[in-house]
Formats: sequence, C-alpha cells, structure tokens
Amino acid sequence: MGIVSPGFTGRRRSGTELPPGQYLTREFPVLSAGPTPHVLPEHWEFTVTSETGEKYKWDWAALMALPAEEITKDIHCVTRWSKLETTWKGVSLDTLLADVETGADYAMAHSYGGYTTNVPMDDLLDGQSWIAYEYDGEPLDPEHGGPARLLVPHLYFWKSAKWVRGLVLSDTEDLGFWETAGYHEYGDPWKEQRYAGD
Amino acid sequence: MSETNYLDGNAAAGSLSELFAVDLTAAIAQCNGCGHTAVFAEAHVFVDAPGMVARCPGCDSVLLRIVTTPNDTYLDLRGLTYLRVPNS
Repeated sequence: MGIVSPGFTGRRRSGTELPPGQYLTREFPVLSAGPTPHVLPEHWEFTVTSETGEKYKWDWAALMALPAEEITKDIHCVTRWSKLETTWKGVSLDTLLADVETGADYAMAHSYGGYTTNVPMDDLLDGQSWIAYEYDGEPLDPEHGGPARLLVPHLYFWKSAKWVRGLVLSDTEDLGFWETAGYHEYGDPWKEQRYAGD
Repeated sequence: MSETNYLDGNAAAGSLSELFAVDLTAAIAQCNGCGHTAVFAEAHVFVDAPGMVARCPGCDSVLLRIVTTPNDTYLDLRGLTYLRVPNS
C-alpha cells in the first residue's frame, strides 16, 4: 500500500464525470462474497429459463460460435470505486435472448457458487448487457468471474454477476443476494441507488 | 480448488458486538445447510465485499450476512440452525 490513496492514482478524462460518491481507481479490485469457483470452459453451461419453464442452453462451444462484441465501458462498484474505459469481449444478451420466447419483465442471474442478482429485462436488452469472457484482451480470470460473467455496466457492478451460469426469467421481481440484505433493487450509480430506499 | 480469500470468524467480532451483548464468535453454530457444528470463530468470513459474509467451513453455505447502510444494519441469520451460547 503506497502513501497515496487509490483515489488519487488516476486522472479523470477531460469532460468525464464520475457518478456521485465514486472515486477513480486504475486497479481492478477483487470483491467476493465467497470462495472463487474454478469452472473449466468445457464444463461451463449457460441456461436461460423462461417464465413458462422452458430452458435454453449453451455450452462453451455454442457461446464461442455466437457473434462477439468488443465492449469499452466505465464500471462503478457500490463500494465506491469506478474504473474507466474497461475493455471486454463477449456476447450481447440481445443475441442470446433473440430466440427465447418470453414476455417476462425481470431476470434473476444465477452464478456458480450460488450468487444471485436481479436485473430488469429492459436493462439486459438493447445493447446494454453481455456475457463477457475476455477482459483487457485476455481470458477472464476466475477471480474476476471467469470463464464468463454477466456485464451490465450501467448499473452498480454487483449486478454484473461473476461466474454466471444462467438467467431465470419471471413476471415478478424477486431480489438477489445483496438486494435481500439492504442493497437497492435496481442500483443506478448515477442516481446513487446504493441501498434499499435510496 | 479454492484459495484463502477469507478470514476466520473472529473477523466478524466487531460487527457482531455492535448487535449482540454476548461474544458470538465463541458460540457454537450449526449450519442449516449441512449440519456442520462448530465454534463460530471457525467460520470463513469474506470481508472484501459489499457486506460481511460468514460461510460454513464444511460446505461453504452462507451462515450469516451483515450489511451496514448509513441508517441501518441488516443481519441475515437464515443459514444458521442455531447459535448455542453458554448461560453466564
């Protein structure tokens, strides 16, 4: 740990504002509520379960066969760090959900290791969310959610579930791991929706 | 395979002492997931997270969660069958 706090190691891009209450970091802090699952790509599977119970599955080869996008986005953690212009590669949820028959309004992301987080369908579609499997040009490290994580960069980063293994779609909004313990059900960093009731 | 990115149950002592009059790290805790029964100090506590999460050393199930917000503290004990505290 240096004598300069992490908040002063970065320089803001000109014209860039951070969401309220955030500071800039050049590091990529690792936050985790449990042990890191080590899921090999050949054992990885992603399942979307519609509100009628119909299941749609992709294995790693199927994910790799889908058109991938290069993504550059700022990310904002509820623990107050923000990191600018992070670069990812992944498959858009628009692509994955294109053939899923659903009218659901809500999704619960489920991860290997048991983590969950709820995201409205409107926030998963229209070029806003991805299943990301590369970070900064390299395969995604397990500590950052590899082999693949959900990436929903316009919401606080706890919504970008590491080690994602599926989405369960629903007409009703259930709450995920942190949302049931006092964190905001939506988590818009620009509205500083950190905690329930914000 | 899992690396040690956790602390032992004593890491929860400060947060728990704000909520309880007794030292719960010395209490016997039973996991609601696998039944593992041990002193709470043996729990695996994850602190590099939006809240504090204590997990069973036997099965990694969540035993206890504490989230402190500016106005309130949330305490989730669903993962515990019981905490056994000696009568003083």
